[in-house]
Order: sequence, then C-alpha cells, then structure tokens
Amino acid sequence: MKLKLTTLALGAVMAASPVMADLVFPSLSYRTGPYAANGIPFADGYEDYFTLLNERDGGIGGVPVKVIECETGYNTEKGVECYEATKGEGALVYQPLSTGITYQLIPKATADGIPIHSMGYGRTSAKNGAVFSNIFNYPANYWDGASIAVKHIMDQEGGDLSGKKIALVYHNSAYGKEPIRTLEELSKKHGYDFLPIAVDHPGQEQKSQWLQIRQQRPDYVLMWGWGVMNQVAIQEASNIRFPMDKFIGVWWSGSENDVLPAGDGANGYKSLAMHGTGSDYPIYADMQKYVIDAGKAAGAGDQVGTVLYSRGMYAAMLAAEAARTAQEIHGTGDITPAMMRDGMEALNITEARMAELGLPNFGPAFSVSCENHGGPGLGMVQQWDASTKKWSLITDMIESDKAVINPLVEEDSSAFAAENNITPSCS
Amino acid sequence: MFYREAGDFSTTYVEDNQTFPIRFDRYRYYAVLAVAFGVIPFLINDYWANAVFVPFLIYAIAAIGLNILTGYCGQVSLGTGGFMAVGAYACYKLMTAFPDVSIVLHVLLAGGITAGVGVLFGLPSLRIKGFYLAVATLAAQFFLVWLFNKVPWFYNYSASGQINAPERTVFGIIVTGPNTDAWAKYLICLVFVTFCAIIARNLTRGTVGRKWMAIRDMDIAAEIIGVNPLRAKLTAFAVSSFFIGVAGALFFSVYLGAVEVGEAFGIEKSFLVLFMIIIGGLGSIFGSFAGAAFMVLLPVFLKNVFVGGLGWPTDLAQHLNFIVSGGLIVMFLILEPHGLAQLWRVAKEKLRLWPFPH
Repeated sequence: MKLKLTTLALGAVMAASPVMADLVFPSLSYRTGPYAANGIPFADGYEDYFTLLNERDGGIGGVPVKVIECETGYNTEKGVECYEATKGEGALVYQPLSTGITYQLIPKATADGIPIHSMGYGRTSAKNGAVFSNIFNYPANYWDGASIAVKHIMDQEGGDLSGKKIALVYHNSAYGKEPIRTLEELSKKHGYDFLPIAVDHPGQEQKSQWLQIRQQRPDYVLMWGWGVMNQVAIQEASNIRFPMDKFIGVWWSGSENDVLPAGDGANGYKSLAMHGTGSDYPIYADMQKYVIDAGKAAGAGDQVGTVLYSRGMYAAMLAAEAARTAQEIHGTGDITPAMMRDGMEALNITEARMAELGLPNFGPAFSVSCENHGGPGLGMVQQWDASTKKWSLITDMIESDKAVINPLVEEDSSAFAAENNITPSCS
Repeated sequence: MFYREAGDFSTTYVEDNQTFPIRFDRYRYYAVLAVAFGVIPFLINDYWANAVFVPFLIYAIAAIGLNILTGYCGQVSLGTGGFMAVGAYACYKLMTAFPDVSIVLHVLLAGGITAGVGVLFGLPSLRIKGFYLAVATLAAQFFLVWLFNKVPWFYNYSASGQINAPERTVFGIIVTGPNTDAWAKYLICLVFVTFCAIIARNLTRGTVGRKWMAIRDMDIAAEIIGVNPLRAKLTAFAVSSFFIGVAGALFFSVYLGAVEVGEAFGIEKSFLVLFMIIIGGLGSIFGSFAGAAFMVLLPVFLKNVFVGGLGWPTDLAQHLNFIVSGGLIVMFLILEPHGLAQLWRVAKEKLRLWPFPH
C-alpha cells in the first residue's frame, strides 16, 4: 500500500513537471477592439511561423516552441495583466505590437531582465542599447520612417522641398507623436512647411481633419495611423480627391485592410515597407504543407500572405533567429530570457540566411550591436494597385538621414538615462 | 442569533456613535483589516498584485469618490476619467519638480489639486441638474484630456507625450517604478484605500453627508430647511474630486508607471467607474468596493476560466467576456436596481431575524 502511494505520488510529480522545457514566446495580441483588423493578421503570422518551426524542424535547435497568446485589446491595463500572466511561464521576448504597452513594459521588463522587441514601433531612442539594455527595435524605427518618407518625397520633387507643405495626420498618442520631432528637424534642414494634424483614438471621425487639409492644401500628406483610423483616413482622402500618390502612410498604415474599404479610390496610395510581402516566397510551400494543410493555422487562416501577416512572420523569424544565436552563444538549447537578450544583441541576419529560411530578399541584411539596437534603418516604398488588389514595391531600400536622427536618439536616450539613473555602458 | 444589537450595551457616546453598531459587523471589519494588512502582503505575487489587488483598490477609491458625488449628493458626473487624469498629471509634475518630497504627500497634494479643478467644474451644478449636468461634466472630461495632450508642459516636453513615474520610496521601501515589490505596491494602495474609506464613511454619517443627501433627495426642500446648496454641492464636488484625484495619482504612479492620457483616462474610464457605483450601489461605501471588485475581477476571472481553464481562443474568450459581463450587468439592474449593496443589506436584515423569521 505504502509503495503504491509513493509510486502514485512520484507519478503525479513526473506528470506535473514538463518532460522538456519549451521555449516560450508570448504573443500579446489583439483580435478584438478598434485595432483588431490590424492585430489579427500580425498575430496569425507570428504564431504560424512558430507552428511551422515546430512541425518541420521540431522547434528551434531541437527545443519545441510554445506560443502563449494573451488578448490585450490594445489596452495598457490588459497589457500589464498579460505581461504578469505570461512572465512566470518563462517568456523569452515580448512583442506587444502597441507603442503604449511598449512604453509601459520598458522599465518593467528591464527590471525583470526580459528583452522586448518592438519591431518598427515603440520608443525610438531604444536604438541606443547602451541605455536601453533590454529593448530592441530593429530593423527600423519611426524616425527612420519619417526620414525615409521625406527622402521619397524629395525624389519625387527633384531634390528640392523648399516652399512645399507636408502635413502629418497622426494618431493622437505616443505612437503618432513620435515622428513629429524628426519631421520638424527635417523641415528646418529641407525648408518645407510642416503641418501636424491630430486624430483622436480610435479615429472613426476625421471630417474636420480632412477639411483642414482641404483648406491648407498641403503638397504631401504623411500618415501615422493604426486600426480603423487608416481606413477612415484613406476613405476621406479619396472623398476630397486628394492625389493618392502624394499620400504616404508609415508601415503601420499600409496593409490590405486599410485600402480595400476605399475601393478604387485608394488606387495609388503609398506606404512605407520594411519587408517584402505577398506569397511568392519559398517558405510558403512549407507553410502550406506543414501548417495550413495540416489544419494548424492560427485564427481563421485567411490572412496568409497579407502585409501584416508577413510582418508577424518576420517578427517571429527574427525572434527565432535570435533564439538560435543565443543557443549557439551559450551552448544550450534551453535558453533563459537573459540568454535571449544576448542572442538578440548578437543577431546577424545575412542575405544567405534569409534565402536559407525561404525568405530571400524579404528584409534588409543587418547585424545588431550594443551601440545599435535599431538595425540599419532601411525602408522601401510600396504602392497600392486597386485593380489587381496588390501592393507593389516601387523603390529600393532607402536609407534614413542618420545625420538628423542620431543626435535625436542620443538626446532622448540620455534624457531617459538621466531620469532613471542609468549609466550608459556597453561592456 | 448572533447578528443583532440586543445585548450589546453602549455606555458612552463614542460607543453609541461607532461605525458598526453590531458586534458581529465590527469583528468582521477587524477580521477583513487583519487579513488585508497581515496576511495578503505575505502571500501576494506580481500577478495578483498587478492584475487583481492594485487595480481593485485604486478603482475602489475612485468609486468612493464618484459615489460621494453621485450616490450621496445626487450630481451625475461623467468627468471621472478627466479628474483622474488631473490627479495623475499633478502627481507627475510634483514628483518631477520636487523629487525629495515624499510620494505620499504628492499623492495627497494631487488629490487637493484635483479637488480645486473639481470645484471649478462643479460650478455649473448650481444652475443645471440631471442630464444637463452630466453633459457639462462630459465637457470637463474631453477638455481635460485634450489639455493634457495639447500642452507639452504637462508631460515635461517628452517626445511621445507619455508620462513616466520615477522611482520613489516610502520609509526606504520602493513604491513606484519598475523595481517595486508586489507587497509594497499593494500595501501603499491599501493604506490609501483604508484612509479614504474611513474618511468617506465618517463624512457621510455626519452633518456634511446629511446635507448632501438632503440635496440629493429634494434640493428645494433642503434649501428651505437651511442647507446651503452652494456649499453642499461644491463640497461634494471637492471631496469627490479629491478621492478621484488620489485614485488617478496612484493609478499612474503605483499601478501603471507610464500613462498616456487619451488611452488611460478616456471616456471609457468615466463610464467604467460609473458602472461600478451603479452595480455596487449608489450611496454606499460598501457598494463602491463591491462594484469595483465586480468590474475589475470579473474580466480577469472569466479570462482565466475561458483561456487558462478551458483553452479557448483568446478572441472568443474576449467576446464572451463582453457578453457575460454585459448580461450580468443587465440582470443585476433588473433584479436588484439598488446594486450589490442592497443585496448585502437584505442579507443583513434576514440575518438579524434568523433563525426565527416571524
């Protein structure tokens, strides 16, 4: 009897403790609320890539991956709840896909020693890894985006912007306000007039903003929008017959969901892009075989190949590569968040590696260092064709104006360091 | 049997005037305090603090504040989110301008500043009431949020418009910032809640509270028997805004640590706190706690059951969460329009007669 009990107890303990620790990647997603249209494809892409790794390769370096999804609804309070709920499960890296939640988590995650990857969003000055040890925002950030957009406009205008007027329609939050500083600096440098126009959350009503654009007649309109705000803005722009090829959104304002509701009116709308899109990459053969046909696709499975799905997949790919790098550095498959951080800081994405992964020329080749957590700051411009319902890239990689951005990064990050008693160091 | 006044003799006026005249209530109250102060801090972890206790305690303060204005004085307000924002931004400005002064003082001062702003926006209540006053306070909500977004001085000219709480200590223990321990976070909120609840309870039992209730029940009659409506209404706005300001300051500094005004203190927040007091019970301090607990805990509980327990997809769980919460609110309002506090009151009446109901 006693022996039986002991066996039972032992069995219970063995059943309770996992046979092999998984690599945990929490997905703080939002499939509900005013930003769901953009949150769903990203979350699907993020999860599908890890499912592919599990099904095809048995995880990363032989260790299976576990994705824990937690619904934030783009709400910071729920984001905190999700962070606390998933932290204990051994979360390796957080990608909250919300600038508000990212700001929230920057001090918390740094104190807990967990890295954050805010890919193309979040706090721009986190580029300075000497101050923001656990925060990464490669391959490009908002200020790069602003500069790339202005450079593209300069190309269109034959290199001279003096006397031109550029408006910025922005989400009235930390996210939308980020590029303003940069655009102001650039306006001093290039001599254009800058006109910021705020749109309040969630942005379903923009009549007065577009009336202002009709009155002020800017030559170009930039947009920092997200969620339902994008669709409404593009619809309004087409209503006032603003020339669509002079309307440029950031990479968060350039997905299929944003342009489709405006129909033909959206034809010619441009947006920035930090990676390729579409289903023409070799990885989709495997994706089809191991994930979609096997019935393991996340969500409804109808987002494959869209812009934000590609971005979710890209984020997952960068995270997986960083985990692999961490495994190589520390010589163990079962990595901790601190090791993951080292892996992210030593990340080196080459053309050859991307081709090997089935994503040739998908994004820029870059490497991360402690001094630069922000990557190369390269971006492209894509344009919407309403008749074929496709985005096509119309430029090569454009490099941002580092002469303007680097001093701003330095200034903002040293202000943060002073506020929080951080001694910048890269030892 | 054990729940009755009989046999509990008061020999002094102080004893006769105590908050809980029934011995059982009194011991229950001491027991709750003992568990809250003596047991929970030792058991609490980050998840329980950040997802459950800290938001519950902070919302309880806000609900007490709104309950004083709406439940006791009868002035409907939709400006709670805006007033919480005043508390948060006042606390931020004080924290960054006077880093050496204690955070406790800053939170109280933030409450005081909010009280001033509340009185200012309470002035229209002397002329208008009911729905019209609700609209006037709604204007306060939108104006304040717009103001904190528009004027860079409030967020110290940071590029993103976010405010971040620097690290501050009380008696050498860190209570704000990322390195705060769960128990410290919980305990500082608990101290403020206890302080606010005791003040509110005693204010509402005394002359001030009776004046508020007279105004609520019939303002003309109240004026005839000698209640000054100007003073009664404006004190209600001041006291209510003080509590809401304290809640906003704690919400920013202790709970979230980084705040963006439109997102954290939008109109949704005003409605949330209003729902709390409607569900909890208008004109009841216990109701404020019950309503805050209901609105904070239910979504977390349902999420954990649906996603953690049953393993359902997160979006389905979230949608169900809306349905269940909404359904429960409607059900409560139909079955018990006076809120959870009324259920509690009925239970106490029953208990008083038990076990011989006739």
